[in-house]
Formats: sequence, C-alpha cells, structure tokens
Amino acid sequence: MNLPFIIHYFILPVLSLAMLCSFIRLVRGPSLPDRVVALDLMATLVIGIVAVYSIATGRSAYLDVAIILALIAFLGTVAFTYYLQRGNNQQRDKNQ
Amino acid sequence: MRDIVITVFMFIGAFFMFVAALGVLRMPDLFMRLSTTTKAATLGAMSLLLATAFYFDDYSISGRIMAIIAFIVLTAPVAAHMIGRAAYFSNVPLWKGTICDELRDRYDTREHILHDPAEIEEPGQGH
Repeated sequence: MNLPFIIHYFILPVLSLAMLCSFIRLVRGPSLPDRVVALDLMATLVIGIVAVYSIATGRSAYLDVAIILALIAFLGTVAFTYYLQRGNNQQRDKNQ
Repeated sequence: MRDIVITVFMFIGAFFMFVAALGVLRMPDLFMRLSTTTKAATLGAMSLLLATAFYFDDYSISGRIMAIIAFIVLTAPVAAHMIGRAAYFSNVPLWKGTICDELRDRYDTREHILHDPAEIEEPGQGH
C-alpha cells in the first residue's frame, strides 16, 4: 500500500464523485447563483485534485497550477456576482 | 510514519470535499448550499494541501502551499458573502421551512439602505 496506490484507488475516485455531484448541481441549478456556487466548489475541488496528483507523480511543479487556479476562481466568482447584481438592477429598472 | 500522516490527511481532505459536494447537491436552498460548500471545501482543500506539504518536506514548497492555504482561507468567505448578497438581492427563494428573515421589508435592495422598523410604521418622522 504505497501512496500512489492509495491516491489512485481511494482519493481520486472520491474526489471525482464529488466533482460529479457538483456538476449535477451546475446543470440542474434552478437559479444562476446556484450555478456560481457549483462552479466555485468545482474550482476548489480541482485545487485539491491537483495537490493530490502532485503527490502521486512526485512533481512539485503542479502546485503552481493550484496557485493560479485559486486566484482565477476568486476573480471569476467576484466578476459573476458583480454582473449578477448589475443585471438584476437593470431588470428592475425595466420592470418599473 | 510520514506516509501514515500523509494518508490520514488525504482521507480527511477527500471526506470533507465529498461532504461539500453532497451538500451542494442535496441541500434545499441556495444559502444552505453556500454555507455547506464554503466551510467544508475550505477545510478539505486545506487538508489535501497540508498532505502535499508533508510529502515534499521542503521549505520552498511548504511556503508555496502556505500561500495557497492563506489565499483560500482569505478569499472563500469573501466570495461566499458576495454570492449570498447578490442572490438575496435578486430574490432567490428561501427554503419553505425558513423561520427567520430579518431583512425582509426593512432593506431597500435598490438603494441599499437599511430602514429602522419604527421609521416604516410612521413615515415623516425620520430626520
């Protein structure tokens, strides 16, 4: 039972299952904020998968991907909420 | 010994990641989903990254991993707060069993002003 065996047969399947769950929410999500939440969770999941994969392969260069992904995910979420709020205000102006 | 520590941290991380994904799939309401996702996924990612830090056992890599963890811990609550705020203002329905919504009828979502309940009851008395 070495580390790559544990990662490939226990950790990565669980994380893939988690990815599948959040993807189902991304497809089904009744409102746009639900989808944003699912995307945010998927970005965090990918950070975890990258970290585990860097253990499995023994290459630390993959961790740079995790740094960039953490940055981009936060910026993406902020941009999504900004446009969500703006579109919301415009729609209300149209209704009045 | 080190492998055992790494394995334990990885299992904890994978478990909490799975709990977060299960919460986002099964919870009835956007705000509950948000609360489950943010906390559990932050803890899960932190645990997986700590396992990586133990595996590489090198100061430069550990410093990088600490930077990622600090960034996640700082930004995840901010992002969750912004999503929740935008969602509340766009009138996302609450769960039907919700018993308390203190902002209802008190918050002007257009101008972003919180009214005093006494002021709403007798208009004109405000200054």
